Amino acid sequence: MKLDRRPVVAELLRGRGDLLVVTGLGSPSYDVHAAGDSEANYYLWGAMGSAALVGMGLAQARPERRVLVITGDGEQLMGLGGLATIAMAAPANLSVVVIDNGHFGETGMQTSHTGLGLKLDAVAAACGFAATGRATSMDEVTAIRDALHQPASGPRLYVVEVKAENLPRSLPPRDAVHIKNRFRAGLGLATA
Amino acid sequence: MTLALQTEPRAQDGALWPDELYAALQRARVTQASYVPDAGHARLIQLLLADTAITTTVLTTEEEGIALAAGAWLGGERSAVLMQSSGVGNCINMLSLPVIGRFPLLILVTMRGEWGEFNPWQVPMGQATEAALRAVGVRVFRAETPEALLDIVPAAAVEVYEADQQIAVLIGQAIMGKKKW
Repeated sequence: MKLDRRPVVAELLRGRGDLLVVTGLGSPSYDVHAAGDSEANYYLWGAMGSAALVGMGLAQARPERRVLVITGDGEQLMGLGGLATIAMAAPANLSVVVIDNGHFGETGMQTSHTGLGLKLDAVAAACGFAATGRATSMDEVTAIRDALHQPASGPRLYVVEVKAENLPRSLPPRDAVHIKNRFRAGLGLATA
Repeated sequence: MTLALQTEPRAQDGALWPDELYAALQRARVTQASYVPDAGHARLIQLLLADTAITTTVLTTEEEGIALAAGAWLGGERSAVLMQSSGVGNCINMLSLPVIGRFPLLILVTMRGEWGEFNPWQVPMGQATEAALRAVGVRVFRAETPEALLDIVPAAAVEVYEADQQIAVLIGQAIMGKKKW
């Protein structure tokens, strides 16, 4: 039995402390919003394939903070080359968690490459990520959650296998300027 | 194959224009840069990579640099993206992010396919570069001489980082000279 995505994301963010979070478009943005809105969240509603790279730019700008990207399999597949870029740049404070339902959930649940067998954690490992893993149980999700708060020697990518289902949406703000300024204000940065 | 430049690309005071461009980025307090290489950007890339105060990232495709720049700004840093005109075509949907989020974005584009071009495959995207950028909402400044380029970049940097603009500076192929084969 595959995991339910909302409890998975809630567990990943449990006691999140000063984690900075970037979410990939679609369900991961809704899941993170459902777990609790925060000024330290940057929700993407488009620019498919950008999430991990937005996280990397943020991680490079804020080396003293841990950055977590929560995205979906389809979103990460569109940014597959970005895994090579992240592995070579090797920001130690960046983690990516792919909520993998094996489908393009926003567009009619068509099977994705991961649903056809591709393993994004194996791709990340081949690229040279410092740590990779795959969770199929809540205990393993908890282990990932704990690892997110521990120092790492380089970027990390974890895959969590979840059910393919469209849950009631929990919609974060769609105003990209608002959430940008809210995020920057939370870091004490000027907003205009 | 040699990628050496045929012309000596010098600015008014005799310095190489990529060196002046690098100095302009330093003065604009740019601390992150990313690139897909182009022969016209070779020296600037070399200077950026040698600078430990600027984190410079090699990309697999240009749109990654657009996302990186947005992330850098979320964290309080200024980023510049270097590419050739063919790479602009790779960026179009990713430009939704800085355009709709009003993220500062400075792209330095070395042009191909417009002046002394030997490779016809560079022509379609080279000819479409300016229109494609404008169509998605990125402003375009264009330099045909090193002097103009060095006037434009500091002005563009002010608009980008102080006024949240998305600007591409197109570096005319005539500035680089013909590619040697």
